[in-house]
Amino acid sequence: MKVKLYNIAHSRAGDKGNTSTLSLIPYNEKDYEWLCSIVTAERVKVHLKDIVEGQVTRYELPNIASLLFVCKLALLTGVTTSLASDTHGKALSYALLEMEIEDF
Amino acid sequence: MKQSNILRIGCGAGFSGDRIEPAVVLLEKANLDYLVLECLAERTIALAQKRKVQDASRGYDPLLEKRMRLYLPLLKKNDTKLITNMGAANPIAAADKVIEIASELGIKIKVAAVTGDDVFDKINKEAIALETDEPLYKSGELISANAYLGADALLPALQSGADIIITGRVADPSLFVAPMVHQFGWDLNDYNLIGQATVIGHLMECAGQVTGGYFADPVKKQVQGMAQLGHPFVDIQANGDAMISKVEETGGVINLATAKEQLLYEVTNPYEYFTPDVIADFTKVQLQEIAKNCVLAKGGTGKTKPATLKVSVGYKAGFIGEGEISYAGANAFARAQLAGEILYERLHDDFPEMRIDYVGFNAIHRTTFGNVAAPYEVRLRVAAKASDAATAVRIGEEVEALYTNGPAGGGGARKYVNEVIGIVSVLIDRNSIQSSVTIHKS
Repeated sequence: MKVKLYNIAHSRAGDKGNTSTLSLIPYNEKDYEWLCSIVTAERVKVHLKDIVEGQVTRYELPNIASLLFVCKLALLTGVTTSLASDTHGKALSYALLEMEIEDF
Repeated sequence: MKQSNILRIGCGAGFSGDRIEPAVVLLEKANLDYLVLECLAERTIALAQKRKVQDASRGYDPLLEKRMRLYLPLLKKNDTKLITNMGAANPIAAADKVIEIASELGIKIKVAAVTGDDVFDKINKEAIALETDEPLYKSGELISANAYLGADALLPALQSGADIIITGRVADPSLFVAPMVHQFGWDLNDYNLIGQATVIGHLMECAGQVTGGYFADPVKKQVQGMAQLGHPFVDIQANGDAMISKVEETGGVINLATAKEQLLYEVTNPYEYFTPDVIADFTKVQLQEIAKNCVLAKGGTGKTKPATLKVSVGYKAGFIGEGEISYAGANAFARAQLAGEILYERLHDDFPEMRIDYVGFNAIHRTTFGNVAAPYEVRLRVAAKASDAATAVRIGEEVEALYTNGPAGGGGARKYVNEVIGIVSVLIDRNSIQSSVTIHKS
Protein backbone atom coordinates (compact mmCIF):
# COMPACT_ATOMS: atom_id res chain seq x y z
CA MET A 1 0.00 0.00 0.00
CA LYS A 2 1.52 3.31 -1.08
CA VAL A 3 0.71 6.68 0.37
CA LYS A 4 1.66 10.21 -0.63
CA LEU A 5 3.82 12.25 1.76
CA TYR A 6 1.01 14.81 1.55
CA ASN A 7 -1.08 12.56 3.80
CA ILE A 8 1.58 12.30 6.49
CA ALA A 9 3.50 15.55 6.50
CA HIS A 10 3.45 19.20 5.51
CA SER A 11 6.11 21.35 3.92
CA ARG A 12 7.09 24.95 3.17
CA ALA A 13 9.52 25.92 0.42
CA GLY A 14 12.03 28.72 0.74
CA ASP A 15 14.60 30.13 -1.67
CA LYS A 16 18.14 31.45 -1.37
CA GLY A 17 19.67 32.22 -4.73
CA ASN A 18 19.48 29.07 -6.83
CA THR A 19 18.88 26.87 -3.77
CA SER A 20 15.46 25.62 -2.70
CA THR A 21 14.83 24.66 0.92
CA LEU A 22 12.01 22.19 1.56
CA SER A 23 10.91 21.31 5.07
CA LEU A 24 9.13 18.04 5.79
CA ILE A 25 7.11 18.09 9.00
CA PRO A 26 5.03 15.08 10.03
CA TYR A 27 1.57 15.91 11.41
CA ASN A 28 2.19 13.31 14.08
CA GLU A 29 5.60 13.64 15.75
CA LYS A 30 5.63 9.86 16.24
CA ASP A 31 6.07 9.49 12.46
CA TYR A 32 9.39 11.38 12.52
CA GLU A 33 11.69 8.35 12.97
CA TRP A 34 9.82 6.43 10.29
CA LEU A 35 10.10 9.35 7.83
CA CYS A 36 13.82 9.63 8.64
CA SER A 37 14.30 5.99 7.65
CA ILE A 38 12.34 6.29 4.42
CA VAL A 39 12.72 9.80 3.00
CA THR A 40 16.45 9.92 2.37
CA ALA A 41 18.31 12.67 0.51
CA GLU A 42 18.96 10.19 -2.33
CA ARG A 43 15.29 9.41 -2.64
CA VAL A 44 14.32 13.09 -2.72
CA LYS A 45 16.96 13.70 -5.38
CA VAL A 46 15.45 10.94 -7.54
CA HIS A 47 11.90 12.18 -6.92
CA LEU A 48 12.81 15.76 -7.90
CA LYS A 49 15.11 14.74 -10.78
CA ASP A 50 13.34 17.01 -13.28
CA ILE A 51 13.57 19.99 -10.91
CA VAL A 52 16.76 19.79 -8.86
CA GLU A 53 20.01 19.66 -10.85
CA GLY A 54 22.36 19.87 -7.88
CA GLN A 55 23.00 18.12 -4.61
CA VAL A 56 20.28 17.41 -2.06
CA THR A 57 21.35 17.62 1.59
CA ARG A 58 19.10 16.39 4.38
CA TYR A 59 19.17 17.89 7.86
CA GLU A 60 17.51 16.07 10.74
CA LEU A 61 15.93 18.19 13.46
CA PRO A 62 14.73 15.83 16.19
CA ASN A 63 14.19 18.88 18.41
CA ILE A 64 11.15 19.80 16.32
CA ALA A 65 10.58 16.35 14.75
CA SER A 66 11.20 17.73 11.28
CA LEU A 67 13.43 17.21 8.27
CA LEU A 68 14.90 19.86 5.99
CA PHE A 69 16.02 19.22 2.41
CA VAL A 70 18.38 21.76 0.92
CA CYS A 71 18.36 21.42 -2.87
CA LYS A 72 21.07 23.13 -4.93
CA LEU A 73 20.65 24.26 -8.57
CA ALA A 74 16.89 23.99 -8.20
CA LEU A 75 15.53 27.35 -9.34
CA LEU A 76 16.68 27.89 -12.93
CA THR A 77 19.31 30.42 -11.69
CA GLY A 78 17.11 31.91 -8.97
CA VAL A 79 14.28 34.31 -8.32
CA THR A 80 15.67 37.37 -10.05
CA THR A 81 16.60 35.90 -13.42
CA SER A 82 14.59 32.67 -13.77
CA LEU A 83 12.28 32.25 -16.75
CA ALA A 84 9.99 29.98 -14.73
CA SER A 85 6.48 31.03 -13.84
CA ASP A 86 7.14 30.41 -10.12
CA THR A 87 10.52 32.10 -9.90
CA HIS A 88 10.87 31.49 -6.14
CA GLY A 89 9.95 27.83 -6.43
CA LYS A 90 7.39 28.51 -3.72
CA ALA A 91 5.12 25.74 -5.02
CA LEU A 92 7.88 23.11 -4.83
CA SER A 93 6.82 22.15 -1.29
CA TYR A 94 3.88 20.38 -2.88
CA ALA A 95 6.20 18.69 -5.40
CA LEU A 96 7.99 17.04 -2.47
CA LEU A 97 4.65 16.02 -0.95
CA GLU A 98 3.78 14.18 -4.19
CA MET A 99 6.36 11.52 -3.30
CA GLU A 100 4.80 8.11 -2.72
CA ILE A 101 6.14 5.95 0.10
CA GLU A 102 5.26 2.56 1.50
CA ASP A 103 2.70 2.85 4.28
CA PHE A 104 3.39 0.82 7.39
CA MET B 1 0.31 49.42 31.02
CA LYS B 2 3.42 47.94 29.47
CA GLN B 3 5.37 45.47 31.58
CA SER B 4 8.91 46.49 32.40
CA ASN B 5 10.35 42.97 32.54
CA ILE B 6 8.83 41.79 29.26
CA LEU B 7 9.46 43.24 25.82
CA ARG B 8 6.61 43.03 23.33
CA ILE B 9 7.37 43.32 19.61
CA GLY B 10 4.82 42.99 16.85
CA CYS B 11 5.49 42.35 13.18
CA GLY B 12 3.01 44.11 10.93
CA ALA B 13 4.49 43.41 7.50
CA GLY B 14 6.59 40.56 6.14
CA PHE B 15 7.23 42.02 2.70
CA SER B 16 6.80 45.29 0.85
CA GLY B 17 3.42 44.45 -0.61
CA ASP B 18 1.99 43.00 2.61
CA ARG B 19 -1.50 43.88 3.87
CA ILE B 20 -1.80 47.32 5.46
CA GLU B 21 -4.35 46.76 8.23
CA PRO B 22 -2.87 43.93 10.33
CA ALA B 23 -0.39 46.46 11.73
CA VAL B 24 -3.31 48.75 12.61
CA VAL B 25 -4.88 45.91 14.60
CA LEU B 26 -1.57 45.27 16.36
CA LEU B 27 -1.16 48.95 17.19
CA GLU B 28 -4.72 49.31 18.47
CA LYS B 29 -5.02 46.09 20.42
CA ALA B 30 -1.64 44.59 21.31
CA ASN B 31 -0.05 47.30 23.50
CA LEU B 32 3.28 46.91 21.70
CA ASP B 33 6.63 48.27 22.78
CA TYR B 34 7.87 48.00 19.19
CA LEU B 35 6.30 47.46 15.81
CA VAL B 36 8.57 46.03 13.11
CA LEU B 37 7.74 46.28 9.41
CA GLU B 38 10.01 44.11 7.24
CA CYS B 39 9.56 45.34 3.69
CA LEU B 40 12.80 44.73 1.82
CA ALA B 41 13.41 41.65 -0.31
CA GLU B 42 16.75 40.99 -1.95
CA ARG B 43 15.87 42.59 -5.26
CA THR B 44 13.64 45.35 -3.87
CA ILE B 45 16.58 47.53 -2.94
CA ALA B 46 18.07 47.36 -6.44
CA LEU B 47 14.74 48.49 -7.89
CA ALA B 48 14.60 51.28 -5.29
CA GLN B 49 18.12 52.32 -6.27
CA LYS B 50 16.89 52.74 -9.84
CA ARG B 51 14.11 55.06 -8.63
CA LYS B 52 16.61 57.03 -6.57
CA VAL B 53 18.83 57.55 -9.62
CA GLN B 54 15.83 59.00 -11.47
CA ASP B 55 14.80 61.20 -8.51
CA ALA B 56 17.09 61.79 -5.52
CA SER B 57 14.10 62.34 -3.20
CA ARG B 58 12.78 58.81 -3.92
CA GLY B 59 14.19 55.33 -3.52
CA TYR B 60 12.28 54.37 -0.37
CA ASP B 61 9.42 51.89 -0.10
CA PRO B 62 6.50 52.86 -2.37
CA LEU B 63 3.95 52.15 0.40
CA LEU B 64 5.75 54.28 3.03
CA GLU B 65 3.36 57.23 2.82
CA LYS B 66 0.23 55.11 2.84
CA ARG B 67 1.39 53.09 5.84
CA MET B 68 2.68 56.09 7.82
CA ARG B 69 -0.50 58.14 7.48
CA LEU B 70 -2.39 55.27 9.09
CA TYR B 71 0.19 54.15 11.64
CA LEU B 72 1.70 57.42 12.92
CA PRO B 73 -1.27 58.54 15.07
CA LEU B 74 -1.53 55.07 16.61
CA LEU B 75 2.20 54.77 17.24
CA LYS B 76 2.10 58.11 19.05
CA LYS B 77 -1.09 57.37 20.99
CA ASN B 78 0.14 54.04 22.32
CA ASP B 79 3.77 55.02 22.82
CA THR B 80 4.96 52.31 20.42
CA LYS B 81 8.24 52.65 18.58
CA LEU B 82 8.58 51.65 14.95
CA ILE B 83 11.53 49.86 13.36
CA THR B 84 11.42 49.37 9.60
CA ASN B 85 13.68 48.83 6.61
CA MET B 86 11.30 50.82 4.41
CA GLY B 87 14.14 53.28 3.83
CA ALA B 88 15.29 50.86 1.11
CA ALA B 89 17.81 52.73 -1.06
CA ASN B 90 17.19 56.09 0.64
CA PRO B 91 16.57 56.00 4.42
CA ILE B 92 17.23 59.74 4.79
CA ALA B 93 14.60 60.71 2.19
CA ALA B 94 12.23 58.26 3.90
CA ALA B 95 12.84 59.92 7.27
CA ASP B 96 12.19 63.33 5.73
CA LYS B 97 8.95 62.02 4.24
CA VAL B 98 7.84 60.64 7.62
CA ILE B 99 8.59 64.00 9.25
CA GLU B 100 6.60 65.74 6.52
CA ILE B 101 3.59 63.48 7.14
CA ALA B 102 3.90 63.84 10.93
CA SER B 103 3.97 67.64 10.59
CA GLU B 104 0.86 67.54 8.43
CA LEU B 105 -0.88 65.41 11.04
CA GLY B 106 0.34 67.66 13.86
CA ILE B 107 2.34 64.86 15.47
CA LYS B 108 5.65 65.55 17.18
CA ILE B 109 8.15 62.76 16.57
CA LYS B 110 11.82 61.98 16.30
CA VAL B 111 12.98 59.80 13.42
CA ALA B 112 16.38 58.15 13.15
CA ALA B 113 17.68 57.12 9.73
CA VAL B 114 20.34 54.40 9.69
CA THR B 115 22.71 54.52 6.73
CA GLY B 116 25.94 52.85 5.73
CA ASP B 117 24.59 49.78 3.98
CA ASP B 118 25.12 51.36 0.56
CA VAL B 119 28.64 50.22 -0.36
CA PHE B 120 28.45 50.70 -4.11
CA ASP B 121 31.55 52.93 -4.03
CA LYS B 122 33.46 50.50 -1.84
CA ILE B 123 33.05 47.19 -3.57
CA ASN B 124 35.71 45.80 -5.82
CA LYS B 125 34.16 45.15 -9.24
CA GLU B 126 36.76 42.40 -9.72
CA ALA B 127 35.62 40.54 -6.60
CA ILE B 128 34.38 37.02 -7.26
CA ALA B 129 30.60 36.66 -6.94
CA LEU B 130 29.53 33.78 -4.71
CA GLU B 131 26.87 32.57 -7.15
CA THR B 132 28.82 32.71 -10.42
CA ASP B 133 32.46 32.17 -9.36
CA GLU B 134 33.28 35.02 -11.74
CA PRO B 135 34.22 38.68 -11.23
CA LEU B 136 31.22 40.91 -10.42
CA TYR B 137 31.53 43.08 -13.51
CA LYS B 138 31.00 40.04 -15.75
CA SER B 139 27.41 39.67 -14.53
CA GLY B 140 26.38 42.90 -16.27
CA GLU B 141 26.15 46.62 -15.56
CA LEU B 142 26.18 46.96 -11.76
CA ILE B 143 23.53 49.26 -10.30
CA SER B 144 23.56 48.76 -6.53
CA ALA B 145 25.52 47.18 -3.71
CA ASN B 146 24.11 46.96 -0.20
CA ALA B 147 25.69 45.29 2.78
CA TYR B 148 23.51 43.53 5.32
CA LEU B 149 23.91 45.57 8.50
CA GLY B 150 23.30 43.99 11.91
CA ALA B 151 21.75 44.96 15.23
CA ASP B 152 24.84 46.97 16.18
CA ALA B 153 23.99 49.50 13.45
CA LEU B 154 20.55 50.09 15.00
CA LEU B 155 21.67 50.48 18.63
CA PRO B 156 22.77 54.14 18.39
CA ALA B 157 19.38 54.94 16.84
CA LEU B 158 17.61 53.20 19.71
CA GLN B 159 19.82 54.98 22.25
CA SER B 160 18.92 58.33 20.67
CA GLY B 161 15.37 57.83 21.91
CA ALA B 162 13.94 58.04 18.39
CA ASP B 163 10.28 57.10 17.98
CA ILE B 164 10.87 55.73 14.50
CA ILE B 165 13.93 54.00 13.12
CA ILE B 166 14.22 53.72 9.36
CA THR B 167 16.93 51.63 7.75
CA GLY B 168 18.01 50.39 4.37
CA ARG B 169 19.44 46.91 4.08
CA VAL B 170 19.57 45.25 7.50
CA ALA B 171 19.42 41.50 8.05
CA ASP B 172 15.75 40.77 8.74
CA PRO B 173 16.21 39.14 12.18
CA SER B 174 18.45 42.04 13.27
CA LEU B 175 15.42 44.37 13.12
CA PHE B 176 14.15 42.34 16.11
CA VAL B 177 17.49 41.55 17.78
CA ALA B 178 18.32 45.26 18.16
CA PRO B 179 15.38 46.24 20.41
CA MET B 180 15.96 43.14 22.57
CA VAL B 181 19.62 44.01 23.06
CA HIS B 182 18.67 47.62 23.78
CA GLN B 183 15.91 46.73 26.25
CA PHE B 184 17.71 44.05 28.23
CA GLY B 185 21.26 45.34 27.89
CA TRP B 186 22.42 42.07 26.39
CA ASP B 187 26.05 41.71 25.38
CA LEU B 188 26.34 41.45 21.57
CA ASN B 189 29.10 38.90 22.22
CA ASP B 190 26.83 36.63 24.25
CA TYR B 191 26.32 34.44 21.22
CA ASN B 192 23.84 32.04 22.79
CA LEU B 193 21.51 34.90 23.73
CA ILE B 194 21.97 36.59 20.37
CA GLY B 195 21.36 33.20 18.70
CA GLN B 196 18.04 32.89 20.56
CA ALA B 197 17.19 36.50 19.69
CA THR B 198 17.87 35.64 16.05
CA VAL B 199 15.54 32.63 16.27
CA ILE B 200 12.81 34.95 17.55
CA GLY B 201 13.48 37.44 14.75
CA HIS B 202 13.45 34.67 12.17
CA LEU B 203 10.10 33.33 13.43
CA MET B 204 8.58 36.82 13.35
CA GLU B 205 10.08 38.45 10.25
CA CYS B 206 7.53 37.12 7.74
CA ALA B 207 4.60 38.37 9.82
CA GLY B 208 1.53 36.33 8.74
CA GLN B 209 3.65 33.32 7.80
CA VAL B 210 3.74 32.29 11.48
CA THR B 211 0.05 32.98 12.11
CA GLY B 212 -1.41 30.67 9.48
CA GLY B 213 -0.67 32.68 6.37
CA TYR B 214 1.00 30.71 3.59
CA PHE B 215 0.04 27.60 5.58
CA ALA B 216 -3.60 26.79 4.98
CA ASP B 217 -4.74 23.72 3.07
CA PRO B 218 -8.49 23.13 3.14
CA VAL B 219 -8.04 19.36 3.56
CA LYS B 220 -5.04 18.96 5.85
CA LYS B 221 -4.40 22.33 7.48
CA GLN B 222 -7.57 24.31 7.99
CA VAL B 223 -7.18 27.91 9.06
CA GLN B 224 -10.11 30.11 10.06
CA GLY B 225 -10.61 33.77 9.25
CA MET B 226 -7.82 34.26 6.72
CA ALA B 227 -9.53 37.33 5.26
CA GLN B 228 -8.74 39.01 8.61
CA LEU B 229 -5.46 37.24 9.33
CA GLY B 230 -3.86 38.51 12.53
CA HIS B 231 -0.13 39.28 12.43
CA PRO B 232 2.07 38.11 15.31
CA PHE B 233 3.46 39.72 18.42
CA VAL B 234 6.05 38.20 20.72
CA ASP B 235 6.65 38.61 24.44
CA ILE B 236 10.32 38.26 25.26
CA GLN B 237 11.77 37.71 28.72
CA ALA B 238 15.18 38.86 29.87
CA ASN B 239 16.50 35.28 29.53
CA GLY B 240 15.42 35.19 25.87
CA ASP B 241 12.41 32.90 26.22
CA ALA B 242 9.73 34.08 23.84
CA MET B 243 5.99 33.61 23.55
CA ILE B 244 4.54 34.18 20.08
CA SER B 245 0.89 35.07 19.89
CA LYS B 246 -1.66 37.22 18.07
CA VAL B 247 -4.53 39.53 18.90
CA GLU B 248 -7.66 37.66 20.04
CA GLU B 249 -10.48 37.51 17.53
CA THR B 250 -8.19 38.01 14.56
CA GLY B 251 -8.10 35.23 11.98
CA GLY B 252 -5.35 32.69 11.55
CA VAL B 253 -3.66 30.24 13.86
CA ILE B 254 -0.39 29.92 15.73
CA ASN B 255 0.54 26.38 16.65
CA LEU B 256 3.48 23.98 16.53
CA ALA B 257 2.91 23.34 12.84
CA THR B 258 2.97 27.01 11.81
CA ALA B 259 6.00 27.69 14.01
CA LYS B 260 7.95 24.71 12.64
CA GLU B 261 7.26 25.71 9.03
CA GLN B 262 8.46 29.22 9.70
CA LEU B 263 11.51 28.17 11.75
CA LEU B 264 12.85 26.18 8.78
CA TYR B 265 11.78 28.71 6.12
CA GLU B 266 14.69 29.73 3.86
CA VAL B 267 17.21 27.99 6.14
CA THR B 268 20.08 26.45 4.18
CA ASN B 269 21.90 25.04 7.21
CA PRO B 270 20.08 24.84 10.56
CA TYR B 271 23.39 24.39 12.41
CA GLU B 272 24.77 27.62 10.99
CA TYR B 273 22.26 30.35 10.22
CA PHE B 274 24.41 33.34 9.26
CA THR B 275 23.43 36.89 10.13
CA PRO B 276 25.67 39.90 10.78
CA ASP B 277 25.03 39.38 14.52
CA VAL B 278 25.76 35.71 14.99
CA ILE B 279 26.05 32.28 13.43
CA ALA B 280 22.89 30.90 15.01
CA ASP B 281 22.09 27.24 15.68
CA PHE B 282 18.44 26.22 15.23
CA THR B 283 18.96 22.56 16.07
CA LYS B 284 18.34 22.92 19.81
CA VAL B 285 15.33 25.21 19.53
CA GLN B 286 12.33 24.00 21.49
CA LEU B 287 8.80 24.94 20.49
CA GLN B 288 5.90 24.35 22.81
CA GLU B 289 2.22 25.09 22.46
CA ILE B 290 1.40 26.81 25.74
CA ALA B 291 -2.18 27.79 25.02
CA LYS B 292 -4.44 28.34 22.06
CA ASN B 293 -2.59 30.49 19.50
CA CYS B 294 0.42 30.79 21.79
CA VAL B 295 3.78 29.10 21.13
CA LEU B 296 6.84 29.26 23.38
CA ALA B 297 10.20 29.38 21.55
CA LYS B 298 13.44 28.87 23.44
CA GLY B 299 16.79 27.16 23.21
CA GLY B 300 18.26 28.98 20.21
CA THR B 301 22.04 29.17 20.48
CA GLY B 302 24.93 30.59 18.54
CA LYS B 303 28.66 30.72 18.07
CA THR B 304 30.66 33.80 17.20
CA LYS B 305 29.77 36.43 14.59
CA PRO B 306 30.92 36.29 10.98
CA ALA B 307 34.04 38.31 10.13
CA THR B 308 32.44 39.33 6.86
CA LEU B 309 29.12 40.85 5.86
CA LYS B 310 27.14 39.78 2.83
CA VAL B 311 26.67 42.37 0.12
CA SER B 312 23.83 42.06 -2.39
CA VAL B 313 24.88 43.47 -5.74
CA GLY B 314 22.22 44.38 -8.28
CA TYR B 315 22.98 44.30 -12.00
CA LYS B 316 21.11 44.81 -15.22
CA ALA B 317 20.23 41.38 -16.55
CA GLY B 318 18.35 42.31 -19.72
CA PHE B 319 14.65 41.82 -20.34
CA ILE B 320 12.11 39.02 -20.20
CA GLY B 321 9.31 38.92 -22.75
CA GLU B 322 6.27 36.80 -21.97
CA GLY B 323 3.09 35.81 -23.71
CA GLU B 324 0.12 33.68 -22.63
CA ILE B 325 -2.93 32.26 -24.39
CA SER B 326 -5.56 29.75 -23.24
CA TYR B 327 -7.32 26.74 -24.73
CA ALA B 328 -10.32 24.91 -23.27
CA GLY B 329 -12.58 21.97 -24.07
CA ALA B 330 -11.96 19.00 -26.38
CA ASN B 331 -8.28 18.46 -27.13
CA ALA B 332 -7.34 21.65 -25.26
CA PHE B 333 -3.92 20.30 -24.34
CA ALA B 334 -3.19 19.12 -27.90
CA ARG B 335 -4.14 22.51 -29.30
CA ALA B 336 -1.97 24.28 -26.71
CA GLN B 337 0.93 21.97 -27.61
CA LEU B 338 0.46 22.75 -31.31
CA ALA B 339 0.60 26.45 -30.43
CA GLY B 340 3.80 25.79 -28.47
CA GLU B 341 5.38 23.97 -31.42
CA ILE B 342 4.50 26.82 -33.78
CA LEU B 343 6.06 29.40 -31.46
CA TYR B 344 9.15 27.30 -30.91
CA GLU B 345 9.70 27.05 -34.66
CA ARG B 346 9.28 30.79 -35.14
CA LEU B 347 11.32 31.96 -32.14
CA HIS B 348 14.01 29.52 -31.06
CA ASP B 349 16.71 30.74 -33.45
CA ASP B 350 16.46 34.29 -32.10
CA PHE B 351 15.82 33.41 -28.45
CA PRO B 352 18.16 30.67 -27.22
CA GLU B 353 16.91 31.14 -23.64
CA MET B 354 13.22 30.34 -23.95
CA ARG B 355 10.66 28.39 -21.90
CA ILE B 356 7.36 26.97 -23.05
CA ASP B 357 5.04 25.95 -20.22
CA TYR B 358 1.49 24.60 -20.09
CA VAL B 359 -0.28 26.20 -17.15
CA GLY B 360 -2.71 23.67 -15.71
CA PHE B 361 -0.36 20.83 -16.62
CA ASN B 362 3.36 21.36 -15.88
CA ALA B 363 4.12 25.08 -15.64
CA ILE B 364 4.56 25.37 -11.89
CA HIS B 365 6.47 22.25 -10.87
CA ARG B 366 8.18 22.15 -14.29
CA THR B 367 7.28 18.46 -14.38
CA THR B 368 4.44 16.13 -13.38
CA PHE B 369 4.32 13.24 -10.93
CA GLY B 370 2.48 10.00 -11.67
CA ASN B 371 -0.32 9.74 -14.23
CA VAL B 372 -1.91 13.11 -14.90
CA ALA B 373 -5.20 13.30 -16.81
CA ALA B 374 -5.37 15.77 -19.70
CA PRO B 375 -6.66 19.05 -18.26
CA TYR B 376 -9.98 20.58 -19.40
CA GLU B 377 -8.31 23.93 -19.95
CA VAL B 378 -4.68 24.85 -20.50
CA ARG B 379 -2.86 28.16 -20.67
CA LEU B 380 0.22 28.27 -22.85
CA ARG B 381 2.98 30.44 -21.45
CA VAL B 382 6.10 31.43 -23.35
CA ALA B 383 8.95 33.36 -21.75
CA ALA B 384 12.32 34.32 -23.18
CA LYS B 385 15.27 36.52 -22.38
CA ALA B 386 16.44 39.35 -24.59
CA SER B 387 19.13 41.98 -24.25
CA ASP B 388 16.75 44.87 -24.96
CA ALA B 389 13.06 45.64 -24.52
CA ALA B 390 12.39 46.03 -28.24
CA THR B 391 13.49 42.44 -28.84
CA ALA B 392 11.65 41.07 -25.79
CA VAL B 393 8.36 42.53 -27.05
CA ARG B 394 8.36 40.02 -29.89
CA ILE B 395 7.52 37.10 -27.55
CA GLY B 396 4.16 38.56 -26.56
CA GLU B 397 3.46 39.72 -30.10
CA GLU B 398 4.02 36.23 -31.50
CA VAL B 399 1.71 34.71 -28.88
CA GLU B 400 -0.96 37.29 -29.62
CA ALA B 401 -0.67 36.60 -33.36
CA LEU B 402 -1.83 33.04 -32.67
CA TYR B 403 -5.34 34.53 -32.58
CA THR B 404 -5.51 34.52 -36.38
CA ASN B 405 -2.57 32.26 -37.26
CA GLY B 406 -2.65 29.52 -34.61
CA PRO B 407 -4.82 26.61 -33.44
CA ALA B 408 -8.58 26.89 -33.02
CA GLY B 409 -10.20 28.40 -29.97
CA GLY B 410 -7.28 30.30 -28.44
CA GLY B 411 -8.42 33.04 -26.05
CA GLY B 412 -7.28 35.46 -23.39
CA ALA B 413 -3.90 36.37 -24.89
CA ARG B 414 -1.73 38.62 -22.70
CA LYS B 415 1.77 39.98 -23.24
CA TYR B 416 4.38 41.39 -20.88
CA VAL B 417 7.87 42.83 -20.99
CA ASN B 418 9.87 43.33 -17.80
CA GLU B 419 13.37 44.54 -17.16
CA VAL B 420 15.37 42.02 -15.14
CA ILE B 421 17.52 43.09 -12.23
CA GLY B 422 19.78 40.24 -11.20
CA ILE B 423 21.37 39.85 -7.79
CA VAL B 424 24.74 38.36 -6.96
CA SER B 425 26.61 38.50 -3.66
CA VAL B 426 30.08 39.14 -2.36
CA LEU B 427 31.47 39.16 1.16
CA ILE B 428 33.06 42.29 2.59
CA ASP B 429 35.20 42.78 5.70
CA ARG B 430 32.81 43.97 8.41
CA ASN B 431 35.36 46.48 9.65
CA SER B 432 35.23 48.31 6.31
CA ILE B 433 31.57 49.22 6.93
CA GLN B 434 30.77 52.31 8.96
CA SER B 435 27.08 52.78 9.68
CA SER B 436 25.70 56.07 10.91
CA VAL B 437 22.53 57.57 12.30
CA THR B 438 20.92 60.89 11.43
CA ILE B 439 18.12 62.39 13.52
CA HIS B 440 15.12 64.12 11.99
CA LYS B 441 12.45 65.92 14.06
CA SER B 442 8.98 67.27 13.36
